Amino acid sequence: MARMATTRRVVISTIGAWFFGFLIFFPILWMVLASFKTELEAFAIPPSFLFFHWTTENYATVQERSDYFLHAMNSIIIAGGSTLIALLIAIPAAWSMAFSPTKRTKDILLWMLSTKMMPPVGVLVPIYLIYKSFGLLDSRIGLVFILCLGNLPIVIWMLFTYFKEIPRDILEAARMDGATIGRELVYVLTPMAIPGLASTMLLNLILAWNEAFWTLNLSTSNAAPLTTFIASYSSPEGLFWAKLSAASTLAIAPILVLGWFSQKQLVRGLTFGAVK
Amino acid sequence: MATRQTQLLARTLLTPAVGLLFIWMIVPLALTIYFSTLHYSLLDPGSETFVGLENFRYFLTDPAFLASLQNTLVLVGSVLALTVLLGIPLALLLDQPVIGLNIVRLMVIAPFFVMPTVSALVWKNLLMHPVSGLFAWIASVFGLTPIDWFTDAPLLAVILIVSWQWLPFATLILLTAMQSLDEEQKEAAEMDGASAVSTFIYITLPHLARPITVVILIETIFLLTVFAEIYVTTGGGPGLSTTNIAFLIYSQALIQYDVGTASAGGLVAVAIANVVAFFLVRIVGRNLEA
Repeated sequence: MARMATTRRVVISTIGAWFFGFLIFFPILWMVLASFKTELEAFAIPPSFLFFHWTTENYATVQERSDYFLHAMNSIIIAGGSTLIALLIAIPAAWSMAFSPTKRTKDILLWMLSTKMMPPVGVLVPIYLIYKSFGLLDSRIGLVFILCLGNLPIVIWMLFTYFKEIPRDILEAARMDGATIGRELVYVLTPMAIPGLASTMLLNLILAWNEAFWTLNLSTSNAAPLTTFIASYSSPEGLFWAKLSAASTLAIAPILVLGWFSQKQLVRGLTFGAVK
Repeated sequence: MATRQTQLLARTLLTPAVGLLFIWMIVPLALTIYFSTLHYSLLDPGSETFVGLENFRYFLTDPAFLASLQNTLVLVGSVLALTVLLGIPLALLLDQPVIGLNIVRLMVIAPFFVMPTVSALVWKNLLMHPVSGLFAWIASVFGLTPIDWFTDAPLLAVILIVSWQWLPFATLILLTAMQSLDEEQKEAAEMDGASAVSTFIYITLPHLARPITVVILIETIFLLTVFAEIYVTTGGGPGLSTTNIAFLIYSQALIQYDVGTASAGGLVAVAIANVVAFFLVRIVGRNLEA
């Protein structure tokens, strides 16, 4: 029997939940509103909430003045590239650990997890110097590489927990029927693994898109993704709140949409399967 | 049944990942250890000399280290307290029958997907600006003096921004854990006349012990290295008031170009993170066996 939900209880919890939800979301909403204001209105006191002169000129200016698309493209290449490469390396590893576990599998998994816990700042100096001597500073390939390695443990872990859930009986059955490992992979495993692969990819894209330690330290202009580009608005010269808001809205919109689709996987991915 | 052939295949598939992560872990770390024993300044190339543990002595006795260690602890502690203490009631609320729950959940989770540089700059300017920020306007409506956040309470300002980013994470994990709690157990308690409060204390809270631990450990790992939020808002200042360990090492490496000291500091940061990592790995490991 489900618990009786009295009308009063529903009304109170609905009002409460919407109030706090709105409060938490408000800074984002406020930013989006500011992006449609003129610079004067964005700065005005008392602020106008809805009744201002709506304009889209900030969005045009952001592109004209600073080549927004270059940075957006950098973000796409860096987040997408690092995710794809990480998947290519992680899929075989996770597959192997999930389906042919050995005594050491658990240790290997935990060791991989522990590499993720190394604070990036602990290796900032050598990475910076290595990148400097190989001319990788402010290069897309350098950022792809470092974000790929940084997220590889999470990717392997997530894939491992998903692969673990594929019933092994099915594999046994396929083997009994004489399927080779290749056929097993293509016809049995892949279809069952696709949901897990998709969520892993999604979460990793989000993490890479928002990564702001290596991107800030290793890129300045040509390879700068949106994180670094937005940071350039922190310089105190002049106050461009409406333009900052427009650039920010563009920078977070795609990932907000992806993120909303992946909230369930988020818990699992970020807790390494400790909370499901 | 695993034949020798599949075992070999399994090992081959695992090797690239293990090898890459091994290199990724060992090479930079070994270099950091090596640099930490050198007098090595990028401003004075070619003058590298072995100085033993001198850099550690210098880093650990530098007043900036104690200040930034304290800031790190205050930052991590406050954000943990805020996110967990607000996350529990928020998760409880979202676990109730709520009309339009999906939309509310989207609004609550949204800050987590905002890149750190955006959240920091939006908070610093649009909300916390002492004259034209929304908070200043709200304060003036109530006849209060607006707070000049980044002058009078810079660390608190950073704490609020980072808490806003991590509250969704804590809430979402606690909510997920609550939803896995057996409804019948709660019902039985209610039938037996348990009040909502005692149901929460004796049934929900014990069930949440593990997820709360997980939230605390994972947040700590990330919070120890908060960087972008400080970089774009305060630059560690005024003075050292918002410099944490991560930012201190960054400024020693890439602003003062003192590779030796920055490397020593980096190893100190690794040591601190390892303490947390030790407990997290144990908890996750226990889960693997189950």
